[in-house]
Amino acid sequence: MGLLSFIAKRIGLYFVVLFIGLTITFMLPRLMPINPVDGYIGQLQSRANGTLTSEAIAEMRVTLEQLYGLNGNVFVQYVSYLKRIVFSFDFGPSFTYYPQPVSAMIMNALPWTLGLLLTSTVIAWTLGNLVGLVAGYFHKKKAASILEFVGILLYPIPYYILAVSMLLLLAYIFPIFPLSATFPVGQMTPEKFGMIIYNSLLPGITLVLAGFGWNILSMKALTVATTEEPYVVYARLKGASNWTRMTRYVFRNALLPQVTALALSLGMVFNGALLTEMIFSYPGLGLVMRTAANGGDYNVLYGAITISIISVATAGLVIDLLYPLLDPRIRHK
Amino acid sequence: MSMDVNNLDPVAVVVAPTPASASRGSLVWLVNFRLGLGLLILAIMGLGSFILPNFAPVDPSLQASYMRNLPVSGIHLLGTNALGQDIFWFLVFGIRNSLTLGILVAVGVTIIATLVGLSAGYIGGKFERIVMLFVDTFITMPLLPILIILGALIRGNTSFLTVGIIIVLFGWAWDARTVRSMALSLREREFINMARFSGANTMQILLREIFPYVSAYMVVGFINTVLFAINIEATLAVIGLSKVEVPTLGSIIFWALNYNALFTGQYVWLVAPIIATITLFLGLFLTSTGFNQAFASKRGVS
Repeated sequence: MGLLSFIAKRIGLYFVVLFIGLTITFMLPRLMPINPVDGYIGQLQSRANGTLTSEAIAEMRVTLEQLYGLNGNVFVQYVSYLKRIVFSFDFGPSFTYYPQPVSAMIMNALPWTLGLLLTSTVIAWTLGNLVGLVAGYFHKKKAASILEFVGILLYPIPYYILAVSMLLLLAYIFPIFPLSATFPVGQMTPEKFGMIIYNSLLPGITLVLAGFGWNILSMKALTVATTEEPYVVYARLKGASNWTRMTRYVFRNALLPQVTALALSLGMVFNGALLTEMIFSYPGLGLVMRTAANGGDYNVLYGAITISIISVATAGLVIDLLYPLLDPRIRHK
Repeated sequence: MSMDVNNLDPVAVVVAPTPASASRGSLVWLVNFRLGLGLLILAIMGLGSFILPNFAPVDPSLQASYMRNLPVSGIHLLGTNALGQDIFWFLVFGIRNSLTLGILVAVGVTIIATLVGLSAGYIGGKFERIVMLFVDTFITMPLLPILIILGALIRGNTSFLTVGIIIVLFGWAWDARTVRSMALSLREREFINMARFSGANTMQILLREIFPYVSAYMVVGFINTVLFAINIEATLAVIGLSKVEVPTLGSIIFWALNYNALFTGQYVWLVAPIIATITLFLGLFLTSTGFNQAFASKRGVS
């Protein structure tokens, strides 16, 4: 019963989060004093050197409002917006690349972002936790404080600084990687695959470094606290070896809050990934967003942000549903 | 120390009290190595960036004040950039503006977070559940895409202050969560009951019992919010969606990247803000953890 209600509660929260997220996405542009349709018409007007008649403009306005779901009152718009997203996953056409649908553009970019993000997060989390465990378990030794120092140095450095420093160090001073990455398109061959990996290494390293510091620090703190728990002392008195105590007693228990923390910090990690993609011109969601923001392509922006909210919420749900596998207390409650 | 998984506060976990040698009496307990180093860095950067601008020869945000791309020299300590601006003065103004924005945002966030967190923690019940639902949604929602939309919509006719207000609106959730879990744990504490049974009224309890306990967390939370705000503004600036004409730690990098400082070999333009940012962030982080450590060890002795 305990497990079932845990899962039901978590899934309920998932839908509420999605609902609030989608509502905010819908409301934001409508609360702004700026109307995207005016922007589009202005752009078209300047391209046509002001030769458009006022009737043509009025006609265009009606068509554009229909295309971008802006006709009817706010409530009608809201219902049709939710319907379009939930049932047909339709965000309308892109303005810059008309008539390419936004959902196709996003679906092209999403695998890139997910691939980069998943790989680097898993590496950073595993590595950071292992280093943090060792630093925390042997926190009285000198070497442990050096490990912690690495964490302290890395943790407060923001993503964009790490990304720019990586470019400076590994592409400019030591030209191991290219200054601007190139990603081949079309049929996948082993050669192209190698090129993609090579070009993804720099943004990957940046993301791993960024996640690494926090994991060391928090795992170290958790391990120090857990080491002083009575059951660890009991295990020592019982004669359990150092290794057994570190892995089976301390690690298992210190890992649980780290899983929760990962689920909670996913939004932050995702932000970092988007930013890293923008700086490295990596062809994921981040780059799509940047191009759309610069070109005033609002449909693409709304589509990208909706997908971001859905992916982060889903990833959080998956992590939280895996939690009972790690923590038997929830299973047997 | 038992871990309450549901109210896990990463800040508190990261800076969890490590037993430090504490001396009794006086203010000596406040001084530890981390705090000292952090405060020193902050003092130098803070005082420098607030006093020096009074001696600036020209407003560094004006373009073409000097010859372009001058090398490092006695007159231009860090040279000039491709826009004819003095990099040193642009950096000094940038640190000042970033710090000011960070502090203003942190004031706003602390007020909202305290109100929301305390009311949720003390009123409890349905109200708390609904409020926490919103807080959790705001925490898990990726902030950057939302800020990118806002930035794209209001770019051009925004002021530097608007950027700050937007960051406040989307940044209060973490702190509200922390305050609420603090309120929850305080509600059940023995010493609060003790004070109440001894005849203290609510005001006295708030001032004498709760405030000293909460103030340490507030200072730590405040500093972390300053870090967060500077970081977010700089992030928006780097991708060109903040008010990039205003010198900040992010807008320097925006201009440097936009004028391809790496390809043209003007590495000072990029390295200087990187070093400044890392130093400032390290100073803020050391101060916040050092302060937490000092308070933890003080609570340990008393």
